[in-house]
Amino acid sequence: MTFDPILRRAGLAAAAALMLTAAPSALLAATPADTLVIADAIDDIVSLDPQEAFEFSALDVVNNTYDGLVELDPAQPTGPQPGLAESWEVSEDGLTFTFKMKDGITFSSGNPVTAEDAALSLQRAVKIDKSPAFILNQFGWTADNVEQMVTFDGDKVILKTDKPYAPTFLYNCLTSGVASILDMKTVMEHDVNGDMGNAWLNTNSAGTGAYVLKSFKPNEGYILEARAGHWRGDARLKTVFMRHVPEAATQRLMLEKGDIDIARELSPVDIEAIGSNPALKVEQDVGGQIFYLAFNQKNENYKNETFLNAMRWAIDYNGLAETVLKGNMVTHQAFLPKGYLGALEDLPYSLDVEKAKALLAESGVTDPKVVIDVRNASDRMEMAQSIQNTFGQVGIAVELNIGDGSEQLKRYRARQHDATLQSWGPDYPDPQTNASTFAWNRNNSDEGKVGTLAWRNAYDPGPLNDLTEAAVMERDGDKRAAMYAELQQTHRETSPFIAMFQIAHNSAMGTNVEGFHTGGAIDSAAYWLVTK
Amino acid sequence: MTGFPISSSLWASRLRGLAATLFTLAITLVGLLFVTFIISRVVPIDPVLAIVGARATDAQIETARVALGLEQPLWQQFLIYVGNALQGDLGTSIRTGEPVITAVGRAFPATMELATLATVIGVIAGVPAGVLAATRPGSLADHIVRLVGLMGYSIPVFWLGLIGLLLFYGVLGWVGGPGRLDTAYDMMFQFEVTPVTGMILVDTLLAGRFDMFANALSHIVLPAGLLGYVSMAYISRMTRSFMMNELGQEYITTARVKGMPEWRVIWVHAMRNVLVPLITVIALSYANLLEGAVLTETIFAWPGLGSYITDALMVNDMPAVLGGTIVVGVAFVTLNLVSDLLYRLVDPRAR
Repeated sequence: MTFDPILRRAGLAAAAALMLTAAPSALLAATPADTLVIADAIDDIVSLDPQEAFEFSALDVVNNTYDGLVELDPAQPTGPQPGLAESWEVSEDGLTFTFKMKDGITFSSGNPVTAEDAALSLQRAVKIDKSPAFILNQFGWTADNVEQMVTFDGDKVILKTDKPYAPTFLYNCLTSGVASILDMKTVMEHDVNGDMGNAWLNTNSAGTGAYVLKSFKPNEGYILEARAGHWRGDARLKTVFMRHVPEAATQRLMLEKGDIDIARELSPVDIEAIGSNPALKVEQDVGGQIFYLAFNQKNENYKNETFLNAMRWAIDYNGLAETVLKGNMVTHQAFLPKGYLGALEDLPYSLDVEKAKALLAESGVTDPKVVIDVRNASDRMEMAQSIQNTFGQVGIAVELNIGDGSEQLKRYRARQHDATLQSWGPDYPDPQTNASTFAWNRNNSDEGKVGTLAWRNAYDPGPLNDLTEAAVMERDGDKRAAMYAELQQTHRETSPFIAMFQIAHNSAMGTNVEGFHTGGAIDSAAYWLVTK
Repeated sequence: MTGFPISSSLWASRLRGLAATLFTLAITLVGLLFVTFIISRVVPIDPVLAIVGARATDAQIETARVALGLEQPLWQQFLIYVGNALQGDLGTSIRTGEPVITAVGRAFPATMELATLATVIGVIAGVPAGVLAATRPGSLADHIVRLVGLMGYSIPVFWLGLIGLLLFYGVLGWVGGPGRLDTAYDMMFQFEVTPVTGMILVDTLLAGRFDMFANALSHIVLPAGLLGYVSMAYISRMTRSFMMNELGQEYITTARVKGMPEWRVIWVHAMRNVLVPLITVIALSYANLLEGAVLTETIFAWPGLGSYITDALMVNDMPAVLGGTIVVGVAFVTLNLVSDLLYRLVDPRAR
């Protein structure tokens, strides 16, 4: 036809234009040698103010831009180490903690770090009262009294607490992001309407960390730049570029092409495929989240310890961890995540249908029926279906009530569920964070509104209340760890909770990338040790 | 003086036209806001619980509820919202604490850039393909065009996107990967180029950075081509049917009998009439893309409006959802106006 030439010409021109422009730039696709490029889903970030940040991705940034009085060793985050303080001591009565500041450390602005900065920073965290402030409120610090409770004298920071808490409790809490020490002179220069620099800190940093926040765009990414003169020794790589890439398959493709150095949000399928690529490696680490089943003791059946025990033997922990949850979760059967002080790591329970049947018969519960609330997320539904199946083999009928997460949370908070499949992430790196919710409930009435997980399940922990309260006061670290071990042991044998899994994180990277630490269950990612 | 009454009535009629247009615009937007607002409040999800999370005490929940103004009657909440929106204040995102207008101002140009390029591709490929199919009904060319169109309709776009990435980026290396720029260029762009429009292709050209422009183009080609393919599928189908309709008309026979060259019959005579409904089709397809293609944006890590609104919906961040919806609404209304104007240009009867 006569119009064919036109069509052909237009098509050729368009194709040629696309090819010409596309070809040369594709050659430039490789990560710059002095830049660490990471892909992750970072849409959880609410704020990068270290005293407001409370999400995983935000705390990663905080960990690399700020430090606290005490810090965790990124390679081995077991216990508090000197951070900006070189030493500390507790008074006889256990109510006063004195931290001596290290000398010669500077903020990224060049300002020296002083005890005054440290005290004002901790005061600021309490005063701005954002989500993580409660971690510090636990020591009796309120907006009204914090100026008396947190003070400084020369090169010393003096922290007073309202009760003689376990020193490790305070130290552990001081390693969390909310206790970061800020360059208060710089921060207060950016005070807007009394926000103490909160808005400014969302796109800027004012800390002592190895990196400085250069840019942050929500849902796009952030850029960190190394600063000279970091007290731990300068970061190995000059720049960290985080790209928000929500889709796992896309992350994998970018990693395989060498457009990123580390992918942090891959699916088990991607992990398996990457395992066979000689240019790439996968490093697995656990996170803090615990997946558990909980039974509401308003239903008398769930007060029957033998019945609860029968259900503990009716879950295919290993089958799930090896198949549908492979790479995403590991079996874990205590309420403290692996990595926490005193966490129990043994796995006494496994699927044993005969034993469960015998226990069920022994319990005297006839025709048991369990209604489990399950959030409509694929991993949880797979978990629930497996439980439904194995419970069925034992003779326990299961009905799954699948629904939206926040709706189910509402039912859970109102104690309206029968049973529920839930997850719990610790709030700060001390065992008290989970003990105080799984094993503590001083008022089991509906009006009590204690709000802890124990209360939500109408579970009265009895003697465990005392043990939880005693553990957070125990001043001997080893004894304290032993108390938490005992607490978990009793809890998993008697409570209406069945802890099943702990979340796992996979980071895939080029084989040239060394020194990347995710921080495991209690700390956040450290970028400053990474080389490539 | 003689011309005065005429020009006065002309002005009056133009003003009336303008007022009518603005009125329609306002009604449409308020209606849109109203529906979205009501939906956001009747869904059985507690926005407060979604924000404060699992650990909050009852007191914290109550404080949050008051802070969000949720304790006021629904109509009052709506009036406050509309009042603020009229002053350019779309509220503050509950999740990030960022003004919604800032976030939307960042996401919309990314979407617009993608949608515009996709529509250009869709029109350039779709119109000739539709004409080709219409002029040779039942031929091999017709079947191919229809088959290609059908595929564009029926293959899930996320699958096409992933396969496209795998092939053109992963295996062949012809195009840039996900995201709007390579990492190195992205950093340069952030620190060396002043954003004017927020559209990287335009901003890099304005700054005279052709290397960056080429890199941005290599990144946008694949997602734009993909969306362009989907919109081509629609446009070619509609063009084919409009064109077949016109080619059966008597004036076409007359033109042919008069010995007019076939290309002139099709591209001048028939096309003028096809253009009228086709403009609506193209405008609608463009407007759909401006809403943001969520799946495509997710796969290509494209920080556009679609993923912004979806992410906000997931966490019940209603100010963000409403803000995004208004922008989409304004885009729809504007495109309607533009296509109205274009009608008048191509169709004398509409003048």
